[in-house]
Amino acid sequence: MTVLDMKNVGLTLGKTDVLADISMHVAQGEFVSILGPSGAGKSTIFRLLTGALHSDRGAITCYGLPLTRNQQGFAFMPQSDALMPWLRILDNVTLGLEVQGVPRKEARARALPLFADFGLVGFEHRYPAQLSGGMRQRAALLRTVLQGRPMQLLDEPFGALDALTRMQMQKWFEARWQSARWTTLLVTHDVREAVALSDRIYVLSRRPATVIAEVAVPTPRPRFGSPTPPDAHALEAHLLDILLTQTGDTL
Amino acid sequence: MHIPLPRRSGAGLTRGLPAVLSVVSAFALWEIYVQISGISPLILPAPSRVLEQMLLNREVLWRNTVPTLQATLFGFSLSLSVAFVLSVALDFMPRLRRALFPIFVVSQTLPLVAIAPLVVLWFGFDLTPKILLVTLVTFFPMLVALVDGYDSTDPEIEELLYSMGASKRVVFRRARLPSAMPYFFAGLRISITYAVVAAIFAEYVGARAGLGIVILNAKNSFRPDLVLAAVVISSVLTLALFAATALLQRVALRWRDAKGDQ
Repeated sequence: MTVLDMKNVGLTLGKTDVLADISMHVAQGEFVSILGPSGAGKSTIFRLLTGALHSDRGAITCYGLPLTRNQQGFAFMPQSDALMPWLRILDNVTLGLEVQGVPRKEARARALPLFADFGLVGFEHRYPAQLSGGMRQRAALLRTVLQGRPMQLLDEPFGALDALTRMQMQKWFEARWQSARWTTLLVTHDVREAVALSDRIYVLSRRPATVIAEVAVPTPRPRFGSPTPPDAHALEAHLLDILLTQTGDTL
Repeated sequence: MHIPLPRRSGAGLTRGLPAVLSVVSAFALWEIYVQISGISPLILPAPSRVLEQMLLNREVLWRNTVPTLQATLFGFSLSLSVAFVLSVALDFMPRLRRALFPIFVVSQTLPLVAIAPLVVLWFGFDLTPKILLVTLVTFFPMLVALVDGYDSTDPEIEELLYSMGASKRVVFRRARLPSAMPYFFAGLRISITYAVVAAIFAEYVGARAGLGIVILNAKNSFRPDLVLAAVVISSVLTLALFAATALLQRVALRWRDAKGDQ
């Protein structure tokens, strides 16, 4: 079943053509990545989905219905963790539910059982500044999935972490995803991350963005922890090749 | 490895020591100078004499402190309410902000010496003109702090809230208002230091009682010791109000002190 379907979506902001022609779809339980050079408009696609921007051309549907102003199909995780520094972790995590009008008590009852899976037990009443980068990112992810939306939008969730923490987080995330199977759209410019986590990958061109490649990743999971299989290596090299021709720099 | 940090109160005492020492030695130097030079107390009274006069005149001083404190607190409360209501209105209506902000800036250019007698002329010798003058002097730093504070909100937090389906009002309450709090307290601390001085000035221009009247009468009867006694009370009032806001800030912004293990 298709959760998200974008057909020939285009967007012009002022005089800049940001998106030329974007068509993509995400099925229930599928993990799809959008890979592209910096400034290609990857995050812009998310802003269309969250309603912060509206497309000029084309159609976006969620479960076959066009996006309306008050659509609630997506839970969004921004690039920075965007945790509120003045709220304790528990209150940060239940923010989405409280905005939806769920009473605080019930929101907490729904959140607390998940703290163990997200490695946050004992930190419910800490402030974000008291947590490590990896923990903050897990808290932000918990806040995202707790909203109970049909689909998660993750905007470079591991981009701001140091290399070691990032690898730990990716491995942890793969395990979480395998048991929960959240329908996920991930924006990244990290080829290895895209290949390791995704069922399918869309590659964007530079601005104005079009989809220049769509590849399926056949490698069986779990992909972290075991040596990278040769077909995954070949795929990484292939994707990197496509991306490098798009950066426009000729050295 | 866990290195235990010294407790906060102890660290605070040690930190406060240089300040106490410098104030005490300044008064000591002043006292010594007056004793050695034999200067007339009509020109420069020693701190000991000021203290003595404070004790002798404690009833008069207390009777005149109450109206000053009243004017300060009422004026400051009004100022706080006006600044908050205006800041919310300006945040929701950028056009209003562009229209009104120049007026507020102009209100801060008015010399108090000129405006205070006029306000007393219009509103009489009672509490009202003092409250108005305290408000005029103190609302602007708080208003600017709040308006700037709202704008300091992390755009990603706002975008996140909108993606959750939050309305503009919800975004204000959950993100913009808490983001503005550190700025607000900075403005509050600046404002509160003006409040007592503004009240005394308003009394000086025309009132029935108050520290301003004490200062005016003492000056006219060549009693610098009494002038300084009133000054000491005014300083103590300001310091107490300042300490109260600092305490309030500690409680309201506890999250800013939360670092590392607790």
